[in-house]
Parts: sequence; C-alpha cells; structure tokens
Amino acid sequence: MPNFNDILVLLPEFYLVAAACVLLLADAFMTPEQRPQLHWISIVVLLVAICLVIAGQPAQTVTAFGGMFVRDGVGEMLKIFALGTTAMVLVYARPYLLDRRLPLGEFYTLMIFAVIGIMLLVSAGNLVTVYLGLELLSLSSYALVALNRDARLPSEAALKYFVLGALASGMLLYGMSMVYGASGMGGTPGLGLTQLHQVMAYTAAPKLLLFGLIFMIVGIGFKLGAAPFHMWIPDVYQGAPTPVTAFVAAGSKLAAFGMAYRLLDAGMGDLAHQWQLMLAVLAVASLAIGNLVAIVQTNLKRMLAYSTISHMGYLLLGLSAAGPEGYAAAMFYAIAYSMMSVAAFGVILALARSGFECEEIADLKGLNQKSPWMAFLMMLAMFSLAGVPPLFGFWAKALVLEAAIHAGMLWLAIVGIVFAIVGLYYYLHVVKVMYFDKPAEGSVLQARPDMSLRTVLSLNALSLLALGLYWGPLLGWCRHAFGL
Amino acid sequence: MISLAHYIVLGAVLFCIAVAGLFINRKNVIVLLMSIELMLLAVNTNFVAFSRFLGDVSGQVFVFFILTVAAAEAAIGLAILVLLFRNRSTINIADIDSMKG
Repeated sequence: MPNFNDILVLLPEFYLVAAACVLLLADAFMTPEQRPQLHWISIVVLLVAICLVIAGQPAQTVTAFGGMFVRDGVGEMLKIFALGTTAMVLVYARPYLLDRRLPLGEFYTLMIFAVIGIMLLVSAGNLVTVYLGLELLSLSSYALVALNRDARLPSEAALKYFVLGALASGMLLYGMSMVYGASGMGGTPGLGLTQLHQVMAYTAAPKLLLFGLIFMIVGIGFKLGAAPFHMWIPDVYQGAPTPVTAFVAAGSKLAAFGMAYRLLDAGMGDLAHQWQLMLAVLAVASLAIGNLVAIVQTNLKRMLAYSTISHMGYLLLGLSAAGPEGYAAAMFYAIAYSMMSVAAFGVILALARSGFECEEIADLKGLNQKSPWMAFLMMLAMFSLAGVPPLFGFWAKALVLEAAIHAGMLWLAIVGIVFAIVGLYYYLHVVKVMYFDKPAEGSVLQARPDMSLRTVLSLNALSLLALGLYWGPLLGWCRHAFGL
Repeated sequence: MISLAHYIVLGAVLFCIAVAGLFINRKNVIVLLMSIELMLLAVNTNFVAFSRFLGDVSGQVFVFFILTVAAAEAAIGLAILVLLFRNRSTINIADIDSMKG
C-alpha cells in the first residue's frame, strides 16, 4: 500500500501538479491587465521545484509506489536541467507572447504540465509510468504547438506532430505489449523495469522479446527525432511559436534521453548486444541526414531542426556504447545540447517583434552592426553547437566520441568526426551572415530592451563558454549519477 | 478452441491495418484519427490476451491507462482538426503542405 513516504519521494511532482492547477484557476479569475503577472509566478514555481528536487535528493536510489517511480542520480540531474531550461524558455518567451497576444494562462500551465511529464518520464520504474509520463509531455506539447490559433503554420505543424507522435506512442506500446508477453513465458509476467531486466535469462520466447525491443526502439527513435524517424522535427520547429520550439528542442530532448536510458538500460540492459547496433545505425543515419540537409536550409528554425537531428545522432553515439561511461557522456551531451539550443532560440526571440519573426537566416544580415552583443551571443551558441573548442559543445562531442571508441566502435567515431566537420559549414554560415554581410535596406533588426531577457540570455550564452573552460564538475556529476 | 496465438495474430492484423491507414490514406484527416485509435485498440487486445493467458492482471491495468490516455489524445486530435479546418477550410491531407524541405 502507498504510504506517506511515497508521497514525500514524489514531493516535487505533487507540488508542481498543485501549482499548475492553482495557476489555471488564477488565470480564470485574473483581469487581462493582471495576466502578465502569471509570468513571474510561473518562473518562481519552477525555481521552487528545482529547490525541492535538490533539497529532497536521496543519498541512494529510492523507489516509491511499489517501484513505479525511481528517484536516483540520473533522474535528479535531468529534472534539474529540464526545470532550469524551461524557466529560461519562460523568460525568453514573455515579450513574444505579449506582442502576439497569445493566451498566457494556457501557455504557462501547459508548460508546467509538460515539465511534470518530463519528471515522471525520467524517473519511471515501470512501463506504465514511462507511457503516462511520455503522454503527459506529448499531449501538452501538441497543444503548445497549436497555441497561436489564428496562424496557418502552427495548426499544420501541430497536426503533423500529433499524428507522428501518436504513431510513435502506438509503436512503443505495441513493443511493450510484446515484452510483457515474453516476460510471462516461463516466469512471472510484469511491467516493472527491474523485473524486465531478468526476462532475457529465463524467457521461453526470446524472439517475442526481440520483436518487442525493435518496436520500442522505433518509438524511442521517433521521440528523440533520430533519422529515419525525424520527419516531424523540421515542420514542428518551423511551424511552432518560437518559445515552444525552444522548449521542444531543449526540454523534450532531455526527456527522450531519460526515456531511452530507462527503457534500454534499466529494462533491456541484458539485450545490449542486440540494441547497440540498432542505435549505431540510427546514429549514422541521423548524422548524415541532419548535417547534409541542414546545409541547404534558408529558414533558421528549420536549420536548427536539422541540426537537432544531427545532435541526436551524437547522443545515440553515447547511448550505443551501452555502458556507464557512454550513458554519462550521452547525458552530458543532452544537457549541453539543451543549453546551447535554448541560447540560440533565445537570440531569435530577443530579435523577434510583432510582424517580424526573425526566422530566416537572411534576417540576421549585419546583426553585428545593429546589435553587437546579440551577434556575439549568437556566435557563442553557433560555435558551441558546431563543437568549436573551447566551448561546451566541443567537450560534449569529444566525450561521446571517446565513449564510442572505448566501446570498440571506432568506425562510428570516425563517422561522427567527419560529419562534425560537415556540420561546421552551416553554423559558420550564420556567423558569416551576422558579421560580414551588410544589413538589408530598411532592416528592423534590433535587440529588445527587455532587461530580464537580456540578462538571462547573456548568462545562458556565457555559461556555454564558462562550462567549456571548466567542464570538470558537471561531467563529474554526470559520471557520479551512473556510479562512476 | 481459441488460443493465445489467435489473439496475437488478431492484434497484429489490427495494428497493420492501422499503420497502413496512416501511411496509405491521402484523403482525410479524420481517417488518420481513426487509425490512431485502432492502433491503440490493437495494443489493448494484445495486453488483455497476454494478461488472460498468463494469469496476471497488470496487463489489464495497463489497458485502463491506455484507454484513458486514448480519450485525451482523441480530444486533442479533434481540437487540432477543428483549428486546421477553421484556418484553411479543408481537411484534405494533400492540401496540408505549406512546409517543405
């Protein structure tokens, strides 16, 4: 039976659910003039949640509700960074939402519900919790993408996201049902991940188990946005309102890494020799498609979408190493990617104004003359995404490549390095446009005077440099979470 | 006598029909929503069959959760569909192609 202790373990999640409900009610009773205050309230809500996660950090792994929910180092780190990046997205989103008169209450509550989904997903100890966390995140994201109700592109993006996301959930569930069946052949059936870990040893139906594993990997590939399951990423990134794009890029990638780790290692760890190669194939396809197609993009958000696909390739490189070292590198990569992409989208949001989305690469022409500081921040984000030393992104790439080499997959590391060089081109193209092109006639390019946005964005982008120079502690935490 | 294999084959057939409905269908968004529902029901068939034949209730409990989430999913899907129709006055899939590349 659940007891009070179980509730204490889930305190940050329960707190956020309560806070989201209160925000929803507050929104209903607020006048339109009061509504912008929701912004600060929801940022405080997220910061308090970070404090609760840190304060309640257990010394060793704790489970609640009969193993449905696991609280360990991996989950804690992913939660802290998911909450942190979401708070940053909220700061960057404020002027954008106010300019376009988007529904504020819905935006903040859906964001918080999506974060709760992430927190459940990365702490899942059972297939049911994985599914519920994933759906809470996905359903909130579909609604967030369609937030701008009167524009054409968002509704199209939301439909594509919804159909492909539902297909992915269906695949994942079908795989789960097969794994559940295999767990019952010759042993006690169950849905708990720790229980599934032993299934390989006793099951009388190993083919069924493998069949289920393949479907689950297809589902994970969809959610990560790895090629060849990447079709939704470019359209969603381009069509969604930019703050939502930033959230989908940063928050849900952390969640997808958490899901992949829980399902593949905690659940299917004994089948590592089977899924290793599948992930390696996905990684190569993502690196190739992401980097090559990004080169021809003229839309900045679409280019960043293809760059996401290539980054998921690097993340899979770390996962496919199938060991604590590889997982720690992949988690470091997921954290690095979320911070870099939030910074890049933050600059876009700082330059956008009503009637001007600043989403074409050509829109950034001559940014250095108009607003040197924003150009510098964007340059940091681009160099970090490209993996130029000594920035954060470089160490993240180096670590996953090292993990792949240690796992005996030198060929995979070589593919990764080749495509990192290919990828350099389109990031440098953005820097060239900002620094060496003349501003267009009648260019309205100007950074917003919003102080909170400028401060947080500057800290965000400068942290890419700081963490690039001083990356030891963060890597230490990542390795510690995996028991290294 | 109907065995476990019969149910699993039924689930697989339903699942294939659903996936085919998603990929072959070029006409109507509502058919996509129907396919998604069918896919989840195929999974439910699997879970219930395994649960019944293996003598374990956890699979049936999972089915309750899937049914609930499927209802929420259908609600969001229909809401997006209404939005799409309001913005474009069409729900023909071939016309939903503003973004390419």
